[in-house]
Amino acid sequence: MLLNNEADAAQDELVQLIAPNGERRHHPVYDRWVADVDGEALQALYRDMVVIRRIDAEATALQRQGELALWPPFLGQEAAQIGSARALREDDFVFSSYRESGVAYCRGVDLTDLMRVWRGNASAGWDPFAINMAPTQVIIGAQTLHATGYAMGILHDGADSVAVTYFGDGATSQGDVNEAMVFAASYQAPVIFFCQNNQWAISEPVRLQAHVPIARRAPGFGIPSVRVDGNDVLACLAVTREALDRARTGGGPTFIEAVTYRMGPHTTADDPTRYRDANELEDWAAKDPIARLAGLLDAEGLLPAEVSDSVQASADDVAARLREGCISMPEPAAQDVFKHVYSEPNSWLERQQDQYERYLASFESPVSDSSEEASR
Amino acid sequence: MAPVIKEFRLPDLGEGLTESEIVAWHVAVGDTVELNQVIADVETAKAVVELPSPYAGVVAKLHEQPGTVVEVGSPIVSFDVPGGDSGGGSGAGAGKATADDDDAQPAKREPNLVGYGAALEKSDRPARRARRSETPVTAETPAPAETPGLAATPVPVVSSVTAVPSAPADEPSVPAEAPRERPRSTPPVRKLARDLGIDLTQVNGTGPQGLITREDVLAAQEGAAHEGAAGKGHATPEAVSQPGGAPASSAAGERETRTPIKGVRKHTAAAMVASAFTAPHVTEFLTVDVTASMELLARLKTSRAFADVRITPLALVAKALCIALDRNPTLNSRWDEAAQEIVQHHYVNLGIAAATPRGLMVPNIKDAQTLGLRGLADALKNLTETARAGKTSPADLSGGTISITNVGVFGIDAGTPILNPGEAAILAMGSVRKMPWEYKDEIALRQVMTLSLSFDHRLVDGEQGSRFLADIGTILQDPGMVLTMV
Repeated sequence: MLLNNEADAAQDELVQLIAPNGERRHHPVYDRWVADVDGEALQALYRDMVVIRRIDAEATALQRQGELALWPPFLGQEAAQIGSARALREDDFVFSSYRESGVAYCRGVDLTDLMRVWRGNASAGWDPFAINMAPTQVIIGAQTLHATGYAMGILHDGADSVAVTYFGDGATSQGDVNEAMVFAASYQAPVIFFCQNNQWAISEPVRLQAHVPIARRAPGFGIPSVRVDGNDVLACLAVTREALDRARTGGGPTFIEAVTYRMGPHTTADDPTRYRDANELEDWAAKDPIARLAGLLDAEGLLPAEVSDSVQASADDVAARLREGCISMPEPAAQDVFKHVYSEPNSWLERQQDQYERYLASFESPVSDSSEEASR
Repeated sequence: MAPVIKEFRLPDLGEGLTESEIVAWHVAVGDTVELNQVIADVETAKAVVELPSPYAGVVAKLHEQPGTVVEVGSPIVSFDVPGGDSGGGSGAGAGKATADDDDAQPAKREPNLVGYGAALEKSDRPARRARRSETPVTAETPAPAETPGLAATPVPVVSSVTAVPSAPADEPSVPAEAPRERPRSTPPVRKLARDLGIDLTQVNGTGPQGLITREDVLAAQEGAAHEGAAGKGHATPEAVSQPGGAPASSAAGERETRTPIKGVRKHTAAAMVASAFTAPHVTEFLTVDVTASMELLARLKTSRAFADVRITPLALVAKALCIALDRNPTLNSRWDEAAQEIVQHHYVNLGIAAATPRGLMVPNIKDAQTLGLRGLADALKNLTETARAGKTSPADLSGGTISITNVGVFGIDAGTPILNPGEAAILAMGSVRKMPWEYKDEIALRQVMTLSLSFDHRLVDGEQGSRFLADIGTILQDPGMVLTMV
């Protein structure tokens, strides 16, 4: 009903189940998708959001302390990530960008593995098949093609799992994302395009690249789409569940535009005050995803001190383990760089590795540094 | 469990930055800090960022003063950490990790600012980076592929060897010591030399075939230390080129303090020079009896519509200026030298010069012509609060069409203000004083104010400027005269 099969301005309205003040809003279509979400489930969503916000804060601090080379904060996007990721089944497969550390947390990533890439210790932090989530993709939008290809594979397997790909508003201008949507629609592949429209593609405001809501693009490819309040965890859960259900039952792809806001910098190497207005930040702070769920819980008497203390303790514990894992991570061996280039032995690579080992060995005895010369 | 001293070395806060400036310390020696407590503001070529403490402990030493540009990897603060390795086990890790990064990088690391493009060096911001010594850089430049032709290139240190000009490229018998672009050494020793600021081309190698060893570098450093470079054992280029790095600690005998020109000061200077030497300035003065305006302000204070806002003389002058500008639009124009056109604005973006924590800024009120007195007062309040909080956004600072500077708040009567670049006029309002003044043919004690108007004589003739100033004066002298103007 609310799907933008027709480009219609009336359908640009955001699906919202929790208002910014914490009030529960009822929705004729989406209420039923979260009918099973009871008080305990709401508390769990709250716990998730508080914990991942703490992960984000701790990682940002670690970068400032020289323990991470870089960190892309997701402050403000907790609801979009938790709401969507908690809708997934274990056998669904996630293809994300670099900002979905909250999604990775839901997939069960080891906290130390989460830090590995950002510390510069590995090219990929985790075994994708252990948590059914592909490694962090830094190339903007490339993961949408991987997801679509994977979803086409699901079709061939006759399975009912779903590929979910995460990307930002900026990525929708990439060729890859548009190509992925063409294939997804053509093959009716079980893939969800989950766009976190956080308003800024580094320093480019979304209005420069999208004169109409981004969700309106998808119907042009033949993909139904929905705009959801990305700071409303319940609404994100509802629309993702609906899209998953469509994909599992042969209904093909869905495009979700979660309208949210990147409260922090693009990465720790960025200074957003150079290009955006402090007032805008204040406006979005008033729509904070965690504060609004806390408001709802509080109103329903679901946030007594023991619950919020326990949530805080979980966050502290996760932060401490994350820090410990990060700073005590062993330095990678120089030869590790050869480990994951090919899945099978490769003679050319072995030759390079051999040369590199001899080069490194030359430092132990400077007299015989001819190998250094040879490899230069 | 004796306390352990942990050093915190400046990390690379961006992607490939080589140095940052300590803007302010939020802690002092002796303070107890918690893990992740903000201890300093640091400005990189990209941003001002907050540094969270990597340890829980007591601040033992601040190695650098605010205003100092510090190279990545240098210690900036030391902590007394109770009982050894509580939590922050890898104190050295922080430093070590960056040091290792150093190793992996090419010799001269230029910040390539992700998201801002690579050409940022050409903008004015990174220009304040301290100079780096060129020689080590040359020494570190990776040798180009060893083509036979290069063999003839003279090299200062390496002992002369018979050049083999026409040896085939893959000829195995090329002598190992064939002249190369850099002195013979090993990467760890080259790094040591770089850390110590030693130019390897100036070091005699005593190892096999002239190889420069660790001992050679240390000996060279010894020599350099004896030669001069007082105190700082760590004779980095910064230490030399930033003599004003620590003005606060300047000894009592010092007769001058040298502060590097940078930041807002530098921008202000450039803008003022550009304006003063581009636009021919004319300044006119008018002293006005503003008693009636002051009475009006007093009445507004009791009016319900203005109950929750403070109407200042500045708000009144701003409103008067907008009204006068409507009658004298020439003052609201811009000289477009490139296009050889005069741009007449049909809107007023009213700049207000503000002293902010970061220096002089001129944020402007957009479309001020649409605002009533109440709206202007609100806008002025927002603008000054934002500026004082240091939150003025770039958008607030650009696109101004005319400006006001309120020197009266400093007790000053008049001045010859310099135009905000790109604008045709700027009005300085002096302080309101009680003065003996002619009133109804008698001498009376009246409240008077001097207005000083500078305008760009390319755009504005004396007649237009004078009429504009007179209109403002008329309104302030007798606010009721507005009825004859609008």
